Amino acid sequence: MSRKLEIIVLAILLIFAVQFFYISSTTHAEYGGADDKPAGVIEQITGGTYKPIASSIWVPPSAEIESLLFALQAAIGAGIIGYFLGYYRAKSHYENNIGCKDQRKSEVGKNIL
Amino acid sequence: MHIMEGFLPAIWCAVWFVISIPIIALGIYKLNRLVKEKREILPLLAVAGAFIFVLSSLKLPSVTGSCSHPTGTGIGAIMFGPAITAVLSTIVLIYQALFLAHGGLTTLGANVFSMGIVGPVVSYLIYKAGMKAKLNFYFVVFLAATFGDWATYIVTSTELALAFPAGGILSFGGFLSSFSKFVAIFAITQVPLAIVEGAVSSLLFKYVVEVKSDILVEMKVIGEPLVRKLRGLSA
Repeated sequence: MSRKLEIIVLAILLIFAVQFFYISSTTHAEYGGADDKPAGVIEQITGGTYKPIASSIWVPPSAEIESLLFALQAAIGAGIIGYFLGYYRAKSHYENNIGCKDQRKSEVGKNIL
Repeated sequence: MHIMEGFLPAIWCAVWFVISIPIIALGIYKLNRLVKEKREILPLLAVAGAFIFVLSSLKLPSVTGSCSHPTGTGIGAIMFGPAITAVLSTIVLIYQALFLAHGGLTTLGANVFSMGIVGPVVSYLIYKAGMKAKLNFYFVVFLAATFGDWATYIVTSTELALAFPAGGILSFGGFLSSFSKFVAIFAITQVPLAIVEGAVSSLLFKYVVEVKSDILVEMKVIGEPLVRKLRGLSA
């Protein structure tokens, strides 16, 4: 089985990891969320006159709870992907095997007749 | 790419809802029809949705020293088309708006438009063009997912710049000036993440082709000869 694609993807992930270690050790990057940054730009553009028209109905009470919920989201997704890929893999494996056996049986049957 | 709750004026919230809702409705209609006709696609639909779930929850550190997340919509767009992917993205965005204070209900229309509609449309078009040009299949999936991710963030910057043009009045110059500020936050940050997303998407696609290519052929995502070639190469 060719593993060319796996190797390429692994290499890309490695480069990504090296990038992180390099940047984080050479700069004082804060690694804040890019999604939160527009708020500052909006304040700058409007001169602080823009007031958000709504606020979140519920905010995770701490960073720990927030990371818990993000991890939960990823875990649910990963579980579903793993379940179905595993299910299909096993299914095609057994179908092929049983299919082969049936074929062999019918061949044996033919020989007897 | 999540525009935070409340960070779009009411008029722009309305505009993006008006644009997004018909496409979500079309997606729900297509989804119902597809599930009725071919029940066996349900697991694959779950995988495409779950992939969006996983990738959009991962905040990755980028070269700019800030964190952002992939979108994961490329797989869904290639397999089921942009409209159905819009529905899947909407589910994820509602989860994040309600439980994570990421994005928001007022900005849901704008966020669905960027992540659930334009990103998947770009992925879908690149996929179709790449297949027509007979490029390597996994490379086409990579390109589709990568540029779909990137397009999503360009749209987010556009949405913000339209709502907050420099000088307060929407003019082309004011829009451009604001756009350059917003795009500076997202565009470069997103380049490495989009590449990682493209790579992981093509890998997942490889496994789907290996274990369940018959459905993909039936849905006309890929042709029978290509499946044989891909599985021949990887078998």
